[in-house]
Amino acid sequence: MSQLQQAASLDDAINQIPDNAGAWHPVCALEDIWPNMGVCALVEDRQIAIFRLQDNLLYAIDNHDPHSDANVLSRGIVGDLGGERVVASPIYKHHYQLRTGVCVEDDSVCLNTYAVEVRDGAIWVQV
Amino acid sequence: MNQLTRVVVVGNGMVGHYFMQELVKRHPDLAAANLQVTVLGEEPRPAYDRVHLSSFFSGSTAEDLSLVEPGFYDRPGLELRLNARVSQIDRHQHTITLSDNTVLSYDKLVLATGSFPFVPSVAGRDRENCFVYRTIEDLEAMTAAGKSAKSGVVVGGGLLGLECAKALRDMGLDTHVVEFAPRLMAVQVDEAGGKVLRSKIEELGVHVHTSRNTTAIVDGATARHRMVFFDETWLETDMIVFSAGIRPRDELARDSGLAIGARGGIAIDDFSRSSDHDIYAIGECASWNDEMYGLVAPGYDMARTACAHLSGETTSTFQGADMSTKLKLMGVDVASVGDAHGKTHDCRSYQYTDEVRNIYKKIVVSEDGKKLLGAVLIGNADEYGTLQQMTINEMALPENPEFLILPASDGKEKPGLGVDALPDSAVMCSCNNVSKGAIGEAVAAGNCSIGAIKACTKAGTACGGCVPLVTQVMKAQMVKLGMTVNNHLCEHFPYSRQELYHLVRVGEIRTFADLLHKHGKGLGCDICKPTAASILASCWNDFILKKDLASLQDSNDYFLGNIQKDGSYSVVPRMPGGEVTPDGLIAIGQIAKKYNLYTKVTGGARVDMFGARVEQLPNIWEELIAAGFESGHAYGKSLRTVKSCVGSTWCRYGVDDSVGLAVQLENRYKGLRAPHKIKFGVSGCTRECAEAQGKDVGLIATENGWNLYVCGNGGMKPRHAELIASDLSKEEAIRMIDRFLMFYIRTADRLQRTSTWRDNLEGGLDYLRDVVINDSLGLGAELEAQMQHVVDNYQDEWKTAVNDPEVRKRFRSFVNSVAGDNNIVFVKERDQMRPATVEEKKQAKVIPILATTE
Repeated sequence: MSQLQQAASLDDAINQIPDNAGAWHPVCALEDIWPNMGVCALVEDRQIAIFRLQDNLLYAIDNHDPHSDANVLSRGIVGDLGGERVVASPIYKHHYQLRTGVCVEDDSVCLNTYAVEVRDGAIWVQV
Repeated sequence: MNQLTRVVVVGNGMVGHYFMQELVKRHPDLAAANLQVTVLGEEPRPAYDRVHLSSFFSGSTAEDLSLVEPGFYDRPGLELRLNARVSQIDRHQHTITLSDNTVLSYDKLVLATGSFPFVPSVAGRDRENCFVYRTIEDLEAMTAAGKSAKSGVVVGGGLLGLECAKALRDMGLDTHVVEFAPRLMAVQVDEAGGKVLRSKIEELGVHVHTSRNTTAIVDGATARHRMVFFDETWLETDMIVFSAGIRPRDELARDSGLAIGARGGIAIDDFSRSSDHDIYAIGECASWNDEMYGLVAPGYDMARTACAHLSGETTSTFQGADMSTKLKLMGVDVASVGDAHGKTHDCRSYQYTDEVRNIYKKIVVSEDGKKLLGAVLIGNADEYGTLQQMTINEMALPENPEFLILPASDGKEKPGLGVDALPDSAVMCSCNNVSKGAIGEAVAAGNCSIGAIKACTKAGTACGGCVPLVTQVMKAQMVKLGMTVNNHLCEHFPYSRQELYHLVRVGEIRTFADLLHKHGKGLGCDICKPTAASILASCWNDFILKKDLASLQDSNDYFLGNIQKDGSYSVVPRMPGGEVTPDGLIAIGQIAKKYNLYTKVTGGARVDMFGARVEQLPNIWEELIAAGFESGHAYGKSLRTVKSCVGSTWCRYGVDDSVGLAVQLENRYKGLRAPHKIKFGVSGCTRECAEAQGKDVGLIATENGWNLYVCGNGGMKPRHAELIASDLSKEEAIRMIDRFLMFYIRTADRLQRTSTWRDNLEGGLDYLRDVVINDSLGLGAELEAQMQHVVDNYQDEWKTAVNDPEVRKRFRSFVNSVAGDNNIVFVKERDQMRPATVEEKKQAKVIPILATTE
């Protein structure tokens, strides 16, 4: 199992996405995301923020920031807090864990996370 | 108090007002406490800060000096009458009579009548252009007269006299000080100190004449007046200011038969009561144990005591005051502690004199050498806080007390005052009576910067002399509480922003990865990444969207626009100095219309366009660039605008070309990355239409050149900018601004505006002036060179962005679709677009997005 698949399957385990959770969709090339940044993909009318961290680790969460009600998370700065990888919303700076979707400042808020992986240089997400 | 008590306070100066503040603190609802208070002020305005009166000459207004919070005197049970002069007290009837014959009854009377300037009885002292130095009206009259005068004399070489001399010198007058005693500041300073002080003052271009008794003032031959001295020598001058000491305003008390002190003043007991126990006297009009106090701190102390007693509390008493003073006269430190003259029986002293740098220091110790009794410091008063605390608290002296005042050699630490040795009751700020204990409590409550301590305890907010000591106490307390005195940027970097800046510059680090690898840990976060991006830009000024820099930028910098609440962006082209051609305006109008943007003229004198979606930005900017515009950096922690008035080109009052300078400055500093945003203002005359004194950097034209103001702020916490240098040429002004900005960029914390940076700067404005203007750290040339590097490497970020296909690709809502974000929708208001509210979105009352993405 590659590192990418590990990250993706970790998400699967945490969110207990059932096997029939959804179909896999190709989104873009890995090169379309610069390292340590995010992009937003429109998949089945859903806005999904996909982040590429160092060593090509990928994460996918909702692009919608419930605290600001704006579709902006893909434009946030990624990093880690206490060892947990997070993205900071550019509007009011709430942090969301990339692995679980949980908001660090308000754990009653949890975003959807999505399985994501690279196949032949292309990024696929499961929605 | 069950029965209504009528209190009349005569006098609304600093002490009278302080009394009211104390009373309101005790009884926030005066009416409910059965108090009916009338305050009578003789002057046309309520209480103002007389201690800082001289700042009126450097640009402070009467409003700046006011001590009264808006609405303070508008509460139930309280009435303030201005222009009200009391002519008589009838103690038997318990009434007072005003000069307009109004009669007021009182149960308790508080006299806070202050003092009046003493004018020696010299023939001709009532001539025109002879002034005293006490009220704002006096200062206004002096300013008016100064405009047509060439020379000025201050009679009196005491503390106020020297301040006044500074004011005259700053007005550009040939300034003289005439003193009756054989030395300056005879009360506070000994003979040797007076000598050093004199040569310091003379160095600054003020002529000093001591042992001079004026016998008459007559018409002059070359100037308005001739002052004739007892030995028939004379001095000619256009204006004269008397500042020969003060006398208590005790005439009401005398007329009504109250006991008077041996040297004048209303005699008071330990509760601040006069000989009539229904009448209190506080401040400069009062005499306790035949002592009068011309300082504000003892007056405040009396006010607190009187207020406590009036409220039925008899535990707090006035026990005299420490008359130690520290001040800066014309940039010269002068301090006097305790028994400065060594009058104590059998005391001994240590003295240190440096006639090259004009520094004089003396300490007076007890016969057994165990206690410090007093000190005099001229030219450098760094040890004031230590010496004063040692004296007041009778602390044990170190073995070799002379090292307390000798300059440190070989890098050895001086035997400072371990602040831990001070008792909690030790008063750190005597103006506002703040104890060491109170500062400790403020720290424990989470106030861990000097700015926060000032706001919370008021320590250091009056004369400011105690700020270094308060800072030491704060830090010591933080260590004690186990709070790391930790200014680490975040969990990834165990450094302050200032240290990180240094590491980047010295290590020639150019990427975040390199910085993290060498000095940090983890992956970084939304705190350290933009900070590093800003530091890298301040040092090297590379294109901020380069592949290895792009991921560090805040969304605003990353998309070169300010993100709005709905995720859309603003578009703000630069208009240097607020100047724009009709064609430019037309182009902006056409572009805004084409992309359906909301437009607004901003306070920074340019046009903002709102409502652009990410994918529209490059197209919009391509058109703006074609029309001759460039990025306005409204999104960056960087120079925003240089606001200007129209200046001498058009304005009939203008003294210099403010627009020209504003354009030059804006073009010089555009794109400069800093710890926070920076705003400038340039006014073409002292009418100050550009509001330059509310900006980080402000310039005001005068007939002698440009006056440079720094560290002002509007916004959340307005702060007046302070004059740091006067009469500069354009070239000098630019060099000083180069240094100022680079010093700020080097040393400020993240997101610290210049105003808070300045408030937290140890040493305050004097230190800043020393570094920037006098180049005391020898950094001047280096700072200027660094700024020049940034200026030389400027590029219009938008131009680079739209011309780079890789970068341009980043500007889209979706990586896999050309659609726009359907959450960004608008409704119409006042003929323009605005973001739809959540409710409106639900009701689908929105205007469809125009298909403008080509």
